[in-house]
Amino acid sequence: MPSIACASGKGGTGKTTVATNLARIMAYERDTHLVDCDVEGPNAHHFFTLESTQRSPVHVPVPHIDLSHCDLCGVCSDACAFHAISVLADTALVFPELCHGCGVCAYICPRNAITERPRTIGSVLEATCDGMAFTGGSLNPGEPMPPPIIQAAKKTARGRDYIIIDASPGSTCATVEAVHGTNFCLLVTEPTPFGLSDLRMAVGMCRRLDVPYGVVINRSDLGDGRVEDYCKEEAIPVLGRFPSDRCIADVYARGALIVDHNSAWEDRFRGLLMALDRLLKREVNHG
Amino acid sequence: MVEELVILSGKGGTGKTSLAASFAVMGEREWILADCDVDAPNLQYLLEPTIEEQHPFSSSAIARIDKDRCDECGLCRTHCRFDSIDSTFEVDDVGCEGCGLCSYVCPRSAIAMQPRLSGYWFRSQTRGGIMLHAQLGFGEGNSGKLVARVKEEARQIAQASPLPRVLVDGPPGVGCPVIAALSGATAALLVAEPSISALGDLERIAEVCAHFQVPAGICINRFDAQPVYSDHIASLAKRLALPILGRIPYDEQFTWALLEGRTIVEGDTNRAGKAVRALWQETVTTLL
Repeated sequence: MPSIACASGKGGTGKTTVATNLARIMAYERDTHLVDCDVEGPNAHHFFTLESTQRSPVHVPVPHIDLSHCDLCGVCSDACAFHAISVLADTALVFPELCHGCGVCAYICPRNAITERPRTIGSVLEATCDGMAFTGGSLNPGEPMPPPIIQAAKKTARGRDYIIIDASPGSTCATVEAVHGTNFCLLVTEPTPFGLSDLRMAVGMCRRLDVPYGVVINRSDLGDGRVEDYCKEEAIPVLGRFPSDRCIADVYARGALIVDHNSAWEDRFRGLLMALDRLLKREVNHG
Repeated sequence: MVEELVILSGKGGTGKTSLAASFAVMGEREWILADCDVDAPNLQYLLEPTIEEQHPFSSSAIARIDKDRCDECGLCRTHCRFDSIDSTFEVDDVGCEGCGLCSYVCPRSAIAMQPRLSGYWFRSQTRGGIMLHAQLGFGEGNSGKLVARVKEEARQIAQASPLPRVLVDGPPGVGCPVIAALSGATAALLVAEPSISALGDLERIAEVCAHFQVPAGICINRFDAQPVYSDHIASLAKRLALPILGRIPYDEQFTWALLEGRTIVEGDTNRAGKAVRALWQETVTTLL
C-alpha cells in the first residue's frame, strides 16, 4: 500500500491540482484514499462531490491545574519547554495555544495537581466519492499547531491500496508531518528563481526524512531552464512537465478536475501515474 | 510605536512576495523589511541583499542519550508522545519536540537536553532598504519562533527612525508562523486570487486577523483571470466588512521580471505595475 505525498516548498505551484487529479485517475482502477493534509488551507474537498461525510473533532491534551492541590512551587512552569504555564504569586495560569501536549507538567508536579484534559483544535472530515475514500483535516483559525490534525487525518487512511497525501507548502513542521513515513514524495515546482529555491528546501527535507522523491514542473513553459538544470545535476527524476494552460486555470478556479474535462490533460496525468509506478516499483525492489 | 504592515494570504502562491518587493522599492527605504516566510524566503531573489550580519538561531532543545549509561529499560520510549525514540534508542531529531520528558523519566539520568541549531537569521542591505531575513535548516521546526525573532530585530532597527515602519512578507497558511508574523502588527494586507480554493483560504486568514484584532484589507491579484470569482471575493469582503484596496491584472510580466531579478514596478511602465503602485498608495492611506 504505497503512500504518495504531493508537496512543494513554494505555495501555489499546483500541489492540490496534482494530488486531486492524480487521485481521480488512480481511483478509476485502484483502491485509493486521498488525504488532504494541508490543514491550514484545506482545498481538496472542493474538487469532489463527497458522500456520507462525517466530521470528527481532533483534540490535544492540555494541563488542568487543580488549585486546591497546587502549592505554586513553579516546578511545572520551569520544566515546560514551551512556556505554556506561568506560576504567579497567588495562582497558576495555563496558555493552551502554546502547549505542545508533551505531558511534562503532569509528570513532574510534586503534588499531583495537574491532570490533562482534551482541547479541540480542529477536525477531520471523512467521506467517499465515486468509490474513492477521502479525508480532509482542518485546523481551527487562531490555532497554531497543525501536526496533531495531520496525524489524525493520516491515521484514517491505513489499509488502503494507494494513499495520496496533499501536503501544506513549506519544508518545516506541517509539511514534515505530512511527508514523514510516505513511500514517495512528488515535489511540484515551477521554473522560476522562487520555484528553484523552494524546491531545494523541499529536496533537503525529503533527504532528511529519507523519503524518495521526484519533481513535477508546473507551468513548465513560463520560466527558464534552471529547475531542469538543477534536477539534472542532482539526478532527480522529473516525472511530469505541465504547460501553462488557461483551460486548467479555469477548471481549477471553479473547483473541477481537469482530467474529467480535457483528454490531453487526462493523458498527461496518466503519464504521470505511469512514471510514478515505475519509480515506486524501483523503490520496492531496492528497498 | 512601530507601524507594522504584514502581507498574508492563507493560500500560497498568490503573489505576496512580488508585492512586498515592489512595495519595498516604492517605499523609498523608509521601511525596514522582514521576510517572515522562513520556510521559503524569496524576497532575496527580487531585492538581491548584501548580507551584513549573520546569526545562528537556536531556540529549542533535542534529547541526546548517553549510550554508556542507558540500560535500554524503555521508559523514555513509553513516555515520549512524539514517538521519537526508536527501538535502538536513537532519537529521531526531526520528530523530537525538545520537551524533555524523556530526560525526567530516565532512571539512569542517561538523557540530556542539548540546544539545537534551527537556522540562521540575517541583516542585509537591499535597494529597497534594510532587510531582515532567515533560513531554516532542512526539515527544521521552530519556524514561528524564528519569525518572531526576525520581526523583533526589524522592530528594533525601525525604532531608531523618526518614522518607524516595518513591512513584513508573511508565510502562507494560518498556523504558528502566520500567527507569529501577525502578532503585534498594525495592519494586514490579504492577497487573494480568484478561485474557489482562495475564497476559503481568504476567509480563514481574515478570521485569524479578527481573532488577533489586526485590521485588514484585501488585494485581488490576477482579478481578470476569473471575473466570476473576483466578484465572489468582493462579496466576501463586503460580508467581512474588509476594504478592497486594489485589483491587479493577470500579467506574465510578473514572471519575466522575476527571472530578471527585478520587481514589476521597476522598468517599463505597464498595466500591472500601475495597479501595484495604486494598491500601495491605497494600502498606506487606508490601513496606516
